[in-house]
Amino acid sequence: MGEAAVLLLWPALLGYGEATIAYASETVRPGRLGRYAIWGVRLGWLAQTALLGLQAARAGGWPWGTWAGSLNLFVWMCVGAYLIWGCRPRFRLLGSVVMPFALGLFVLAWAAGGAGVPRSSDFGDAFLALHVGLVLAAFAGFSLAAALAALYLWQERRLKRREAGVLRQRAPSLAALDRLTGRTIVVALPVLTAGLAIGVGRAESEGVALDATMAVALGTWALYAAFVALRYGLGWRGRRTAQLAIAGFVLVLVLRLVITPIGHF
Amino acid sequence: MNVVLVGTSHRHAPVELRELVAFGSGRAGEIAAALAGEDGEAVALSTCNRTELYLACDDSVGALERGAGALAALAGLPADELEGSFYTLLDEDAVLHLFRVAAGLDSMIRGEGQILGQIRSAFEAAQEADATGPALHRLFRHALRAGKRVRTETGIAENPASVATAAAELVERVFEDISGTNVLLLGAGKIGELAARELVTRGAKGIVVANRSVERASRLAERFGARVTSLEALEDELSLADIVVASTSSSGYVVTAEQVGRALAGRRKRPVFFVDIAVPRDLDPAINELPGCYLYDIDDLERVVAESAEGRAEETNRAEAILVDEAEQFRAWQRSRDVVPAITSLRELAETIRAQELARAEPRLGALSPRERRAVESLTTQIVNKLLHLPTVRLKEAAAAPTGAVDGVHYAEAVRHLFGLVEEDR
Repeated sequence: MGEAAVLLLWPALLGYGEATIAYASETVRPGRLGRYAIWGVRLGWLAQTALLGLQAARAGGWPWGTWAGSLNLFVWMCVGAYLIWGCRPRFRLLGSVVMPFALGLFVLAWAAGGAGVPRSSDFGDAFLALHVGLVLAAFAGFSLAAALAALYLWQERRLKRREAGVLRQRAPSLAALDRLTGRTIVVALPVLTAGLAIGVGRAESEGVALDATMAVALGTWALYAAFVALRYGLGWRGRRTAQLAIAGFVLVLVLRLVITPIGHF
Repeated sequence: MNVVLVGTSHRHAPVELRELVAFGSGRAGEIAAALAGEDGEAVALSTCNRTELYLACDDSVGALERGAGALAALAGLPADELEGSFYTLLDEDAVLHLFRVAAGLDSMIRGEGQILGQIRSAFEAAQEADATGPALHRLFRHALRAGKRVRTETGIAENPASVATAAAELVERVFEDISGTNVLLLGAGKIGELAARELVTRGAKGIVVANRSVERASRLAERFGARVTSLEALEDELSLADIVVASTSSSGYVVTAEQVGRALAGRRKRPVFFVDIAVPRDLDPAINELPGCYLYDIDDLERVVAESAEGRAEETNRAEAILVDEAEQFRAWQRSRDVVPAITSLRELAETIRAQELARAEPRLGALSPRERRAVESLTTQIVNKLLHLPTVRLKEAAAAPTGAVDGVHYAEAVRHLFGLVEEDR
């Protein structure tokens, strides 16, 4: 298992690394290396898919019950969500936001042992698959929405400042970024709701008291629910909704990187 | 088979002549079929900027005459009156030209994507009319691929060459679909008209012209199918407009930030893009500070164009290099076709000899079971195939090699001579 996992880990790391460098170069010299970036993403993602498959095959139960293991799964979901749009040249710049983040978290997951042999968890498989799986899928959606929002703010700032080089990079329109940010959150929020409902149901049945993880998770849900209400109910658009999407993502990061490593997965 | 192009475009002829030779997409198939004749191939392409007739046949002189005659017939003028207004290109030049057209390098708006769809439609119309064969089928498929490749691998469409193009591209960075936007033209001047024309080319539909002189506004509105309004009704129009292009000769601001602020109240946070190409300026610079408002004046636009100049030259060079590479690939395919008849004849000869020798040997082989017969058939076929494999590959390689390296035609001649194929093949 160990050697096979390493054989899959390195192509994934190299693929994501290549994509990160190529996307970074795209922001400096558009059209040069950018088109090769997507191949790094694809190869890296396929290698990571195989790695996760191997972990699932070798584990006795839910293989990503640890914090590091779930981080590995989270990265895979984020990159998978990015691949939905990332293949289009106009959305290439989105990769310069998503891929450094994905690479960083993947290295972190690897360093913390999440890319190796999975350990058994104290939680039941069905609960983990539903609760953790759904929450992570929703977080991956929020991460992508934050990347779209960041690209919106960057593009909007350049347009407002009337930068001479504003047209050098191929980028989607502000309206497209705004619409996709909203749509991604609208899809991810019900997934988070279902994941949290399962977690809350279990906590109540076992008499577990509200802890920091639960509080921040519920706060995150409330913030994204507010986003949906403001965006689609009150007609908020543009910079304010982009900032709100990024604020929600900060909570996701706090939950994933600060609170859960101390508590559970 | 030679590729021949006869055509005219915005680079060679004024709009008065171009509109005479232009034809609707419904006639493209019919014109191509008439040009192709019995044993030729043809594709007829007509857009706002060009009418081009592509022919593939053995007699290039005849094809040139047919093409020129067809253009003259379309224009309803004698062929000599059109002289100098259309161009003729042959083989490699015609191929490279089509690739450049497909890539948008020959378009008015460099890199624009509409031309690719227009080429595809013309090709499909010719196909439906049974006017295409292997040469033009391959050529047009290759051209579509080359055009797509240039747009994917270069930023050719990202570097505007004029203030009007820059303004339109900036608008596209804000709105997802220009066709759903409302455009307000303040002033009926030439530069404003150019900017409006760029927007219309990209799909803008709801255009309103506001000008002090209603007569001039009406004339401009007529050209775009636009509505006319007075400057007094400006605030109402501002609340509806998504794009405002100002080019009046007013000495002060025609639109102030306060007016825009009031107009924004009813817009439900929808953005507005302002283009001020007037000197002195028509639009209060403070408009840019309002949320959801983007204001570019003439200096801003010229800075964007200047910044793009370097990128434009660089991207054009890269696009040209891609097209030269694609054209070379097409030529290699074309050259490889020169040796196909020789290869076919050689294989037919080998198969004939194999069958004859097998028939002659039959009495000596005695009564063979069906299984044994199949084994002998297979064995002799394999021997022939293995013997011919390398010469076939070498012939194709020689034919596909760049001119001057190895001459495939000479190789084919040698094969014909050595195996006595000359008479059968010609």
